[in-house]
Amino acid sequence: MASTDTPVGKTEVDKGARDGGRDSNQDLAGLEAGLDALDAVQSRRVPFRQTFVKKILPPVTAVVLVLVVWQILVWAKVTDSYKLPAPSVVWDEVEEAWLQGTLLEYIWTSVSRGLLGFLMALAIGTPLGLIVARVRFIRAAIGPILSGLQSLPSVAWVPPAVIWLGLNDQMMYAVILLGAVPSIANGLVAGVDQVPPLFLRAGRTLGATGLRHTWHIVMPAALPGYLAGLKQGWAFSWRSLMAAEIIAQSPDLGMGLGQLLEAGRTNSSMSQVFFAILLILVVGIAIDLLIFSPLERRVLRSRGLLARS
Amino acid sequence: MATSTLAKAAEDITAAPHAARIEHVSKSFATPAGQQLVLDDITLDVAPGEFVTLLGASGCGKSTLLNLVAGLDKPSAGDIATDGRPALMFQEHALFPWLTAGKNIELALKLRGIAKAERRERAEELLGLVRLQGAYGKRVHELSGGMRQRVALARALAQDAKILLMDEPFAALDAITRDVLHDELTRIWSETNVSVLFVTHNVREAVRLAERVVLLSSRPGRVAHEWRVDIPHPRRIEDSAVAELSVEITEQLRGEIRRHGQH
Repeated sequence: MASTDTPVGKTEVDKGARDGGRDSNQDLAGLEAGLDALDAVQSRRVPFRQTFVKKILPPVTAVVLVLVVWQILVWAKVTDSYKLPAPSVVWDEVEEAWLQGTLLEYIWTSVSRGLLGFLMALAIGTPLGLIVARVRFIRAAIGPILSGLQSLPSVAWVPPAVIWLGLNDQMMYAVILLGAVPSIANGLVAGVDQVPPLFLRAGRTLGATGLRHTWHIVMPAALPGYLAGLKQGWAFSWRSLMAAEIIAQSPDLGMGLGQLLEAGRTNSSMSQVFFAILLILVVGIAIDLLIFSPLERRVLRSRGLLARS
Repeated sequence: MATSTLAKAAEDITAAPHAARIEHVSKSFATPAGQQLVLDDITLDVAPGEFVTLLGASGCGKSTLLNLVAGLDKPSAGDIATDGRPALMFQEHALFPWLTAGKNIELALKLRGIAKAERRERAEELLGLVRLQGAYGKRVHELSGGMRQRVALARALAQDAKILLMDEPFAALDAITRDVLHDELTRIWSETNVSVLFVTHNVREAVRLAERVVLLSSRPGRVAHEWRVDIPHPRRIEDSAVAELSVEITEQLRGEIRRHGQH
């Protein structure tokens, strides 16, 4: 304020009280820099040892513990060996499938179906969720049905899908869509609902209206909820697909993980059943860990919503 | 820059344009108990380059009035005219956490139609104005409370509005930071020639910042009294002149509040 361009009338009265008025602008800058430095948020890299002890060690311990208990039960002969094969027998199944080259084939058949179905669900669920969230009439009309559909087990859609579409890939995709679209749409609706009204007001005062308001304010603000919906959508896609694959057996459909599981049952091979369940579980977790969790963490971290541990 | 003082010198010309003109504005809201009158016949002008604080206890409708001036709501009666769309700053910084500090400012420029090539440079300039030169790439959560409000101020200034509406923008800050930001706001106001309509319930803050203090009564809000503040800048919150006027205004304010306890 009291720099050289301040009119004389404003400062002269004050001369006695604050002789350093000319420097006060400089003082203020220094003061502010000091405050900023004191308040600055410190962030540091977490050392690997700490990550290892806090993040990697616990789940590894849990898995090892389960294997140990499993092996003990086998040694103790709690039940017949055809009901409870040893871990090593199941591992032999994995090794054999790997050596025959069929392991990746099983996985790819299901994963390619699952991901393609998920992408289709994404393309349908996103605009659907946006419309339900923003148009009051449509929300009142189909909002409750959409959230109700989430609690319907997707395996219920397999019989009608088989009758409508036959035993083919279309039927699989239909079941995936019916399972995943509601999750994705609902996630987006929840995300939009949770946008703080302050952001909407701030956007409006900045001059964002209509589609620009949706694109620049609503969508990015709803992103965390949307990502949570995507994550759940993937889980639902994968589950729906497995239900469809277990029920629908046909040579045209190839050998996916669900078919592998069902084949194990008809062969009365418990080790093959365990092998299939293991693969289904590992693939589901792997997709989540490789795609969705990093995406979600990145978004949350960039917004300061994730506490560093 | 002395532009704001020049505008003040020309103040006696009644035909001068106004940054904001509030004429006989009333606002009532529907409640279960019937219509509730929040603002009653408010008339208030803000001259170009003028700094006005609106002061009042809770229930005086300060924030409602600011929303009306910002165009976020419509008055039940009366007229509001502003010179262009006003910029608005809230008590919460309201910065978008998915953008960096610089990009928050650039979004305001973009929505105003500024070409992409110019935005970066303008944003850096505005950050420089609030003395946050290095903060362009910083995320909102990496900034302190005071820094956030300064970025919010820069974003509001990016709208290049003739009038800046401020709704208790420093109320949530600690006393030291608030004191510094008072100096900062005064400096920026005198450098930019923007008009400010500043809402607060803090008497000393009102006196320290404003050229004119307007006291609103509560339930419904009416203009109860007005003071012109001629204390020269730079002012300090502990200046005796600031304290003296604050005592006078506080007396009036307490009188207004006391009336509500009598029935």
